[in-house]
Amino acid sequence: MTAPERLNGAEALIKSLEMEGVEVVFGYPGGAILPVYDPLLDGKLRHVLVRHEQGAGHMAEGYAHATGRPGVCIVTSGPAATNIVTPLADAMLDSVPMVCITGQVSLGAIGTDAFQECDTTGITRSITKHNYLVTRAQDIPGVVREAFHIATTGRPGPVLIDIPKDLVDANNPDSYFDFDWPEVPELPGYRPVLTPRDDVVTEAVDLMLAARRPVLYVGGGVLKARGANVVLELAEMLGIPVVTTLMARGAFPDDHELCLGMPGMHGQFTAITAIQECDLLVAMGSRFDDRVTGKVATFAPDAKVIHVDIDPAEHGKVRLPQVAVAGDCRIVMELMVEEIKQRGPEAQADIAPWRQKVSGWQEKYPLTYKQSAPGEGLKPQYVVERLRDLSPADTIVCSGVGQHQMFASQYWKFNYPYTWINSGGLGTMGFAVPAAVGAKVGMPDRTVWAIDGDGCFQMTAQELITASIERIPIKVAIMNNGNLGMVRQWQQLFYDERYSEVELGQDLPNYVQWAQSMGCVAFRVEETSEVDEIIERANAINDRPVVVEFRLVEEENVYPMVSAGASNSDVIVDPSQQAALEAERAAKATDQSSDGFPTSIADTHQNASS
Amino acid sequence: MNPNRELSHHTLVALVENRAGVLARVTDLIARRGYNIISLAVAPTNDDSLSRITIVVDVEKAPLEQIVKQLFKLINVIEIAELAPADAITRELVLATVEFTPENAAALDDVLARAAGHVLVQERTETSLTVSAGGSSAQIDALGAALSVFSVVHFQRTGQVALPKLGQSVPIMRAR
Ligand SMILES: Cc1ncc(C[n+]2csc(CCOP(=O)(O)OP(=O)(O)O)c2C)c(N)n1
Ligand SMILES: [Mg+2]
Repeated sequence: MTAPERLNGAEALIKSLEMEGVEVVFGYPGGAILPVYDPLLDGKLRHVLVRHEQGAGHMAEGYAHATGRPGVCIVTSGPAATNIVTPLADAMLDSVPMVCITGQVSLGAIGTDAFQECDTTGITRSITKHNYLVTRAQDIPGVVREAFHIATTGRPGPVLIDIPKDLVDANNPDSYFDFDWPEVPELPGYRPVLTPRDDVVTEAVDLMLAARRPVLYVGGGVLKARGANVVLELAEMLGIPVVTTLMARGAFPDDHELCLGMPGMHGQFTAITAIQECDLLVAMGSRFDDRVTGKVATFAPDAKVIHVDIDPAEHGKVRLPQVAVAGDCRIVMELMVEEIKQRGPEAQADIAPWRQKVSGWQEKYPLTYKQSAPGEGLKPQYVVERLRDLSPADTIVCSGVGQHQMFASQYWKFNYPYTWINSGGLGTMGFAVPAAVGAKVGMPDRTVWAIDGDGCFQMTAQELITASIERIPIKVAIMNNGNLGMVRQWQQLFYDERYSEVELGQDLPNYVQWAQSMGCVAFRVEETSEVDEIIERANAINDRPVVVEFRLVEEENVYPMVSAGASNSDVIVDPSQQAALEAERAAKATDQSSDGFPTSIADTHQNASS
Repeated sequence: MNPNRELSHHTLVALVENRAGVLARVTDLIARRGYNIISLAVAPTNDDSLSRITIVVDVEKAPLEQIVKQLFKLINVIEIAELAPADAITRELVLATVEFTPENAAALDDVLARAAGHVLVQERTETSLTVSAGGSSAQIDALGAALSVFSVVHFQRTGQVALPKLGQSVPIMRAR
């Protein structure tokens, strides 16, 4: 045995990160964390110096989304800790594995309103999966080990470690100890259940085989479980139509005949309607988010529900399932596949009529938009389509939050897992650029496009300086509609076109000059005819970040749309399709009322449109 | 007031790691959902690496289930169960200081004598006394009511602790 290494807290922290296999940290130094930045110079870790701590957090998230490995960020106390609150909340809601290390004032100064003191563990308690305030230097290796274990297992999430300065201070003799790398910790209160009970899998399979109108509702949990291959196997085996939520785009190939696209507020008509009309909804790592369900009381009204989730607290949180399966999505699906194989193909009810009905909707109500006339500005849908078709098939797409996010999710074809990175749960404007930087750091050989709004871009654009200096050649498409477009859309539809504080203007800032000043190559595209050429030029650049400003029409609404609080059965489609849909609904309503069938769906629709 | 009398009052018992901050995590989770904690009792168990927390909360049944699941998700919570009043032994302790006069001293003694089974006089002067009383929450309520005709200076309850009745199988969420 070699003699134990005597290290101080800071050296032990760096060493612990290395022991965890960390290769890169995103961070920003300052008073309380200064002692940690000194041994950083001697270690193997790559440090990416961000321009705002929020950037560090979103980069760590982007890195984690793209690679499946935990993202790590290091910042100082006080204002830096509060700056990273948004990414922590973001990672919490989207179950992103992340470890955040914050400096803290010295132990003796805690609670004295010391310079740059804030109650970091208190502030972040409800937006982390777990957090630590370290009180002894020798606890650092064990806490790091636990933090990574908790962040990456079960339902992943962010873990924060708050470290008082004296514990890492090389001048403090008490900060030295014999470094010992502990085993994976035994946490008496933490035993994520990965393998489900056999009987519930059997029960679930019974329902799946008996269903005549099933839908597989795939959520982000499938990606977290690295389960994309098994989803494909399961879906093909049953011929079951699949919807992928905003967090799960790419978990099932968009080009697959069984793929109905995204459900929810701005989902595809067929995805929304298939859920409304199904008799069995198999929720796989999805959580019945209000943006998916619309009005819960009328969501999938005829459906039995199988809910597979690694987090049992999700079962019945929104919708009571007939069968709740607690376990890792991949393991559960593997067991399902096994069991379905054993029962043989004859065991399944005929779902051909359902498949036909679903294809009928797809043909009748595809995504659609009207191309703009020359001189009018570009259509965002068109820009996304061209970016999609001119970029490599495995391009990683990051987005901000707003209309452009929905257009990106709708019009890109996600055929590979981990190619779509966005802020689904928290809806954090400013996510795209730093997340793209993090994704590119993790996946340097892949093309990474951030599809960002003009409003979003202005929130975190400074991370392009980071990207330039660190030579992280991401590409950014600014969807410049001169507006907080999504808010504008709501004001148009629900506030009588009274536009309040949504106009940004398209000309200020000058995005091209701004991007150039940050070391990027920059283009502006104003005409539809120029789109392809500029995208190709942007794609050809791989030594520097590129920014392309697309000048869009100022007004373009995202359809389909389910109004907030409305039933998904009242989804509004593109204006060019809406009349046909309403006629169909009216016909169905008379049909049903003469049969004595409930007319609730049609009724609510008429009320809403009157 | 009897904490168990109201239907929306529920008793949760949690076994947690005895560490800094654990209680705050537990109470935070309840508070941020806007629910009121009626009583809270916490102390180490016979194994001092563990603490037991007993919480009486004012929550309807449906949100309660969600709260229990969320509490169980806390890394430091090892076990958690909801105890229905009928399935549980519950006890509370109260310390009460009461002032009396020569005129009503006999009446006070009478009250104390009737509650002799669970009331102990800890201290007494010519004008006031301090008693301790242990019992069910209902018994403590009753004592409070009986003393209210005197001048009650302090009436300090510990909050309820509870254990399942022997032979009673209570559904417990357990990490191990
Ligand atoms: C940090 C933050 N602030 C406010 C919002 C509310 N919000 C949602 S979308 C949106 C507009 C986004 O504008 P832009 O980035 O230009 O995207 P667009 O909708 O125009 O495509 C706003 C303000 C938010 N999601 N995040
Ligand atoms: Mg905009």
